[in-house]
Amino acid sequence: MFDFSKNYFELFGMPVGFVLDVAELAVRYRELQKVVHPDRFAASGEHSQRLSLQSATLVNEAYDTLKDPLKRAVYLLQLKGVDIDPQQQTLNDPAFLIEQMELREAIAEVRSASDPRARLDQLLRDIGGMIKAQIAQLAVQLEASTPEQTAVAVQTVQKMRFLNKLHAEAEAIEADLEETC
Amino acid sequence: MALLQLAEPGQSAAPHEHRLAAGIDLGTTNSLVASVRSGQAETLPDAQGQHILPSVVRYTADGIEVGEAARLAAASDPLNTISSAKRLIGRGIADLKSLGSELPYDFVSVDSAVPRIRTVAGDVTPIEVSAEILKVLGQRAQETLGGELSGVVITVPAYFDDAQRQATKDAARLAGLHVYRLLNEPTAAAVAYGLDRGADGVHAIYDLGGGTFDISILRLHQGVFEVMATGGDSALGGDDFDAAIARWVLDQAVLADGSDRGTLRHVLDRVRTAKEALALQETTPIRITLPQGGSWHGELTRAHLTELIDPLIRKTISACRRAVRDAGISVDEVEDVVMVGGSTRTLRVRELVGEFFGREPLVDIDPDRVVAIGAAIQADVLAGNKPDDQMLLLDVNPLSLGIETMGGLTEKIIPRNTTIPVARAQEFTTFKDGQTAMAIHVVQGERELISDCRSLARFELRGIPPMVAGAARIRVTFSVDADGLLHVEAKEQTSGVSASVEVKPSYGLTDNEITDMLQASIAHAREDMDARRLVEEKVEAQRVIEALNAALASDGDELLSTDERTRVEQALQRLIDRADAAQDPNEVEAAIKQLESDCEFYVERRMNASIRKAMAGHRVDEFAQEDGREAD
Repeated sequence: MFDFSKNYFELFGMPVGFVLDVAELAVRYRELQKVVHPDRFAASGEHSQRLSLQSATLVNEAYDTLKDPLKRAVYLLQLKGVDIDPQQQTLNDPAFLIEQMELREAIAEVRSASDPRARLDQLLRDIGGMIKAQIAQLAVQLEASTPEQTAVAVQTVQKMRFLNKLHAEAEAIEADLEETC
Repeated sequence: MALLQLAEPGQSAAPHEHRLAAGIDLGTTNSLVASVRSGQAETLPDAQGQHILPSVVRYTADGIEVGEAARLAAASDPLNTISSAKRLIGRGIADLKSLGSELPYDFVSVDSAVPRIRTVAGDVTPIEVSAEILKVLGQRAQETLGGELSGVVITVPAYFDDAQRQATKDAARLAGLHVYRLLNEPTAAAVAYGLDRGADGVHAIYDLGGGTFDISILRLHQGVFEVMATGGDSALGGDDFDAAIARWVLDQAVLADGSDRGTLRHVLDRVRTAKEALALQETTPIRITLPQGGSWHGELTRAHLTELIDPLIRKTISACRRAVRDAGISVDEVEDVVMVGGSTRTLRVRELVGEFFGREPLVDIDPDRVVAIGAAIQADVLAGNKPDDQMLLLDVNPLSLGIETMGGLTEKIIPRNTTIPVARAQEFTTFKDGQTAMAIHVVQGERELISDCRSLARFELRGIPPMVAGAARIRVTFSVDADGLLHVEAKEQTSGVSASVEVKPSYGLTDNEITDMLQASIAHAREDMDARRLVEEKVEAQRVIEALNAALASDGDELLSTDERTRVEQALQRLIDRADAAQDPNEVEAAIKQLESDCEFYVERRMNASIRKAMAGHRVDEFAQEDGREAD
């Protein structure tokens, strides 16, 4: 049956690696769904429908994982045998943690700024920039593939998680501000 | 089973029969049925030439009326005439109370989770009411198309939750219709619209019907419709506009018996007419004359209408803003906005939507019919009538799905706007030493607190071996299929104990209830059912035989060894023999199942081969080394 032993990269026929042509991935994703999606088997028998459902589910999961840099990094580390438990990892970078605390405070104080929208836009841009920088780091660390670099990549993944969470918090406030204006 | 009817473009999969399929727009106010005939999707009229069927069902001592006749009787016989059943479907009594006092029915409190409405013909559930509408439309399609329908696509608001979807599917089952797929209304509209224009890019579909509102943002890319985000309100629509105007009229008029149901229906009728008139003129008179005496005469202007309904339209705009954000784009990336649903005829709606998206909304497809047309196109594709078609719809789940954790909090397992089908799992553990059971409460919604979310189902995982707190590993898997329906499974990893539920929601009918209803209906008397099933199963067997023959002709030599091919052909012959002679539908069914299992390896091999082909266009090097003749 649909080869569930393939890793997500192999599924799309893409090279295994953090640096990925996401536009090409999207093209292949659509091509693959055109073949396996349950809509192609709506008039077929139960067995075909079940197979199609499982395959389409896997293709969706694979695409969802690979298109997002953070999920892609976590997945790659998993392929290298490194499982990251979000609850148990610690981050060993005091400077980064201090920066996080400051950003968190800044977000919390946005509403009392003279121009909350402008202040929030600035913060969102800053956090966005930091996320981009981490992605660039990950590219180097994961491609290097040495044990040392892999260990650093785990730390970078942790940082991305922090930053993504901050970004989401800032966006929630943005949504709130928009609703009330 | 139809062994994977996949074919290269330009090459027909099998010279098979054209299957009759229809798309049904089961609306709050009006319903329609459409089908593709001679390559053209069109709505089907009734014998009087009417395309639109008012979604109104009247129960009388002599029988059931559906459509216009029932609608006309609504004011004189309010208690037995059910309109807007779609607002009630998949909801519990408590939900209905929160919908407000405008529901002019007698609800019966019984043990079943599904509310029942008291009528002279007995108590009915909203599911049965919807089934009556579906029966009429299914019948109409069969008469027009001249044969049994092999399947239908029924549209639902994108924002319908799991309970509402399941209830709609149950209604179709009661109506004796085979549902190929539940399709989201805005996606259906996009199909009708997108195919019309062949326009690649990002589109917003704003769908405001009688009782529901949806906004969908989707990207069309070479025949693939990818829904990026969807949002809405499954209890907001033109009915609420009418109610707002009616409240104002009743305030002004101080009609002595303003609270009785006949009066309310009468006033609602009048204000609806007035609202529609304001699409063409600046001001319109409203005249209320009650049969039992009392009258009022007033005037409604556009400006005043705006004042009354603006708060409601603003709610839809907030949902649009959220959807755009969820799609991860900015408003100016939306290339056009398509208006769907009768309530988008209200000019003020177009004005505010246009303002938000910064462009003139498109209103050039009949907003009443576009959903049914899109559903018909999809039904035709799903029936397998267009094996070469490249169209594919990738939809999302509209609301986050999760379970209750300690302290009444929600743990989201599948976030909203995730492409379906999807399966996600999460591990939980026990919190007490020796705990042997775990209650799983499945909820749907965006809020942190369980009490703010929709409760979908509760079930228990029992028989967990006693361990210290935190040692058990309970993996809960949520799967959402292509209809948007949820299935939940819980499994204790160390012992393998498992429990699962087809999320038959708290507000759904049980299988027993459905069976009882089916048996109670005269149209499904026992012998009739058996005879019908025998015909259906034989047709199905024929289809399987044709499909397998076509498959063997196209790639049997390539994918099968001589031995394997002989095996498949023998299995095929067994089905032909058994199906021919059978008098019992169950026997045909069993024979089909047998063939399916005999040929399982071939189906899988074909699926793999087609996947390889799909990817081979891109990078031959990574796929070429795989041979079709792998061991099974």
